[in-house]
Amino acid sequence: MPTRAEGEVEGSLGSARAPTATDREAARDGTLHGPSVVTVREHTVEVVSDAGEGAQKCAQIFGAVSAKMGNGVWTVEIIPAEIQPPPRIPDGASGNRVRIGEGPITNWGDAANLVVSFNEQVLLARHRLGALAKDAVILLENMWETHPDEAIQRQWVEALDELGQDTSYTIIPVPMEERCLTLVEETRRGKNMFALGLLARIYDRDMELVKAQIAHAFRKKSQEIYDRNVELLELGYGWADENLALRIQVPTHPSEQPMVVMNGNQALALGAVASGMELCSMYPITPATSVSHYLADIFERFGGVVHQAEDEIAAAGVAIGASYAGKVAFTVTSGPGLALKTEFLGLAVMAEIPLVLVDVQRGGPSTGLPTKVEQSDLLAALFGQPGDAPKVILAPATIEECFHSLVGARRIAEALRCPVLVLTDANLATGVQPFPRPKPREEWFGVGPDLSPVADDALPYDWNPETGLSRRFVPGTPGGMHTVTGLSHDQRSRVAYAPAVHQQGCQMRSRKLAAFQQTLRPPAVYGDESGGLLVVGWGSTKGAIEEAVDRAREEGLRVSSTHLTFLSPLQPGLKKLFARYERVMTVEINYSDAPDAPFIDDENRRRGQLAWLLRAQTLTDVDCWTRVYGEPLRPGDILQGIRVRAEQGATP
Amino acid sequence: MSHLTCPLFSGILTEEREFRIEDYEGAVARWCSGCGDHAVLAAAQRLLRSEQLPPDRTVFVSGIGCSSRFPHYMKTYGFHGLHGRALPVATGIKLNRPDLSVFVVMGDGDCCSIGAGHWIHALRYNMDMTALLLDNAIYGLTKNQTSPTTPQGHTSNTHPRGSRLPPLDPLSVSLGVTNASFVAQTAEWIPAHLAATLEAAHRHPGFAFIRILQRCPEYTADLYEDLLKDPAAVELLVHDDGVNVPSLERSHPHRLLHDPRDLDRARSLARDASRIRLGVFFRDPSRPRYDDLFRIAHRPVAEKIEDLNRELDRHAV
Repeated sequence: MPTRAEGEVEGSLGSARAPTATDREAARDGTLHGPSVVTVREHTVEVVSDAGEGAQKCAQIFGAVSAKMGNGVWTVEIIPAEIQPPPRIPDGASGNRVRIGEGPITNWGDAANLVVSFNEQVLLARHRLGALAKDAVILLENMWETHPDEAIQRQWVEALDELGQDTSYTIIPVPMEERCLTLVEETRRGKNMFALGLLARIYDRDMELVKAQIAHAFRKKSQEIYDRNVELLELGYGWADENLALRIQVPTHPSEQPMVVMNGNQALALGAVASGMELCSMYPITPATSVSHYLADIFERFGGVVHQAEDEIAAAGVAIGASYAGKVAFTVTSGPGLALKTEFLGLAVMAEIPLVLVDVQRGGPSTGLPTKVEQSDLLAALFGQPGDAPKVILAPATIEECFHSLVGARRIAEALRCPVLVLTDANLATGVQPFPRPKPREEWFGVGPDLSPVADDALPYDWNPETGLSRRFVPGTPGGMHTVTGLSHDQRSRVAYAPAVHQQGCQMRSRKLAAFQQTLRPPAVYGDESGGLLVVGWGSTKGAIEEAVDRAREEGLRVSSTHLTFLSPLQPGLKKLFARYERVMTVEINYSDAPDAPFIDDENRRRGQLAWLLRAQTLTDVDCWTRVYGEPLRPGDILQGIRVRAEQGATP
Repeated sequence: MSHLTCPLFSGILTEEREFRIEDYEGAVARWCSGCGDHAVLAAAQRLLRSEQLPPDRTVFVSGIGCSSRFPHYMKTYGFHGLHGRALPVATGIKLNRPDLSVFVVMGDGDCCSIGAGHWIHALRYNMDMTALLLDNAIYGLTKNQTSPTTPQGHTSNTHPRGSRLPPLDPLSVSLGVTNASFVAQTAEWIPAHLAATLEAAHRHPGFAFIRILQRCPEYTADLYEDLLKDPAAVELLVHDDGVNVPSLERSHPHRLLHDPRDLDRARSLARDASRIRLGVFFRDPSRPRYDDLFRIAHRPVAEKIEDLNRELDRHAV
């Protein structure tokens, strides 16, 4: 677990003054920052542009190359708030943040140290969001300063005024347009490669790897396009070489074991392949859809099918129908889709049909924040169905776990004859991180359904009275004919009329979870095994929480954390674990009332969703610290939350 | 008839034996006496016997409603699911198991109201299955509420002063859907026609949609009284490619030669509300089938591992 080396990062690149003309001169001739090569343990880069100018591609290539060179990497997309925003408006900011480090990087960090911005308006957007470090170095396209349109010139001046307030950014104007025009007539597509060249020079990236990555990114395009992009790349590289003295070295340590790098949705898609599932039934919904995009591209090679259903309900129905008739199928959705699938989920529970449902969570309620992260579907997943609907819920915390979670989910669904919900989120969906290359094993893929004959009087729900488990009779099983039903039913799957039948059915379906829970291990503790504050998290926040815990411990605070993979059933040993700490607090990306908000007291306070659950299940006074800014948690913000709670606590 | 195209499930044929009606009979049907569902159940069992469909490789899928109890009364595999959602389930079954014979049983509320979206898309997918709309023009299970096919003016518990809107015509809707491949209408009280239509539907390679006119003895008992009194008021569509029932020639003298390949005429015949017509309105076995286009291949695991490793190479650091 790397710790953030604040002094090194922020102290060495800052300029105490607002940039002046002299600074720009100095920046160009390299006299501004003293030693020209600064070595840091990690650095956070943002590339922002108008939508369609390719900042994302630039940053993705930079991230991939950094990973290949042996840096830890985490990338996050910066997605415009509008579908086709007009140019040069803050809401149109599009791009990526790439955080690279000497060791593993597990989250997007706090603020960007270096920014390449294609205009001053999108830069303003990042500035206003507090996304930039106070001493960030900003490489800014300078064409707008002298633009023929006076209104644009005025905007430039106003923006630079705003950027200069209370910050000590070093803004280095870069003639991107001017330089690119020496090679191409239309810079809208191409400036991003110039920007990539700047970054490649500043961070001393291996140009052969950069070119290979460009070739991969444009593999469906012509040789001419590749050639032109490489020329632009070299142009940017050359310009930085001549005009910028700034060199940042983030030491690289190529991994000894084979690694892969991808985003969470790609990992889910490949995990689905590795799980042996053969049918993905879906309906388009952000931010889940890209799982099916990738699968649609490759699944056929594995004999699989992506079925785009007519709606979210049908997507669940098709997956359930397919699972009922054979190998487990899966469906992938996000919050609004989960709401629509509710009735079918209840049916899968009642009829004991295995199903894997992936919910890539976004902000809610309702349409909410379609492209932005939240962890607010936990209670809906757990309690969304009318009646008692026990099911398994698990939440991968990393990109790597996204891959392996589907292999596990398929096996659990099959073994327990019940739905398994996998909760990821928009942070994992688009976050890119290297991880140890999975080594696919035969047993991951499972086998086809057991169609061996059964006796004519065999029970389709021959529940083991202790575990509730039973063999399911898949169509084609001689002698196993029966009708599954969402109505309460007995062991023969006959509609229940006797009062004890419903009680027994509920008991058996619930018992499966209790039996399964016996196979789970208590969660690991990060930090001391007992002490002051225990932070409990779930899902994508793991890296940010652990980084905040590290920093808190460096400050001398007695803080540990634990991360739950299973939310239903909960992992064992939680009550005992919580008892070893003076205070327990969840950190989550969902809404909770602040303890000091108007009218709020201990009884009416609406807490974070995991906190709610843990309080009910462990009778522990679990506190929570949550945010719904639509962005991943920043370790610095969590640290602040930890400090406040630690101060309130008896023994910080 | 069986289509064991799926390698995983071939070679599991049970020993040859003659299936009898009893082999298809499940629980005792608990519908009201006089309910049209009984006739459809009997016709389905006879069809399975005449086609010798193995009960363990046949699935009846239903939604919720009186008619959706149907699978419980068969001794095949059955899936009694959610209101309006039989078709997505059947789609999933067929996608995963093209070797199974799939029948879908829906009521008019099920198919034409809560599940209408699935109905339209199932017609377009054109997967190889037989869909029966048991249309008694009323919600019976929930006790007498107006359905989309309830005649205008008919009183019910939700419209005590009579249904306000003209009913939805399931035939016109079905014939209006791109890639529909088989649309027929029959009536529960003419067993010979019902049987012949079921057989034609089952043998059709694609999505065969049959609307079965029915009466609910409780709430729409007199719906077709005129037709029952005067069978000549029914017009039978006849054609070599459609349904021909010689035994009905005397009782139903009104016959119209209609080529089921003629979609425009089928649509105009369906639209013409002056007469009740029974028979195959449209049939085109050459339409593309979703289950032909998207097929799970069940590849050997060793090959999948090899391909997955190749795919992981693309992401290698």
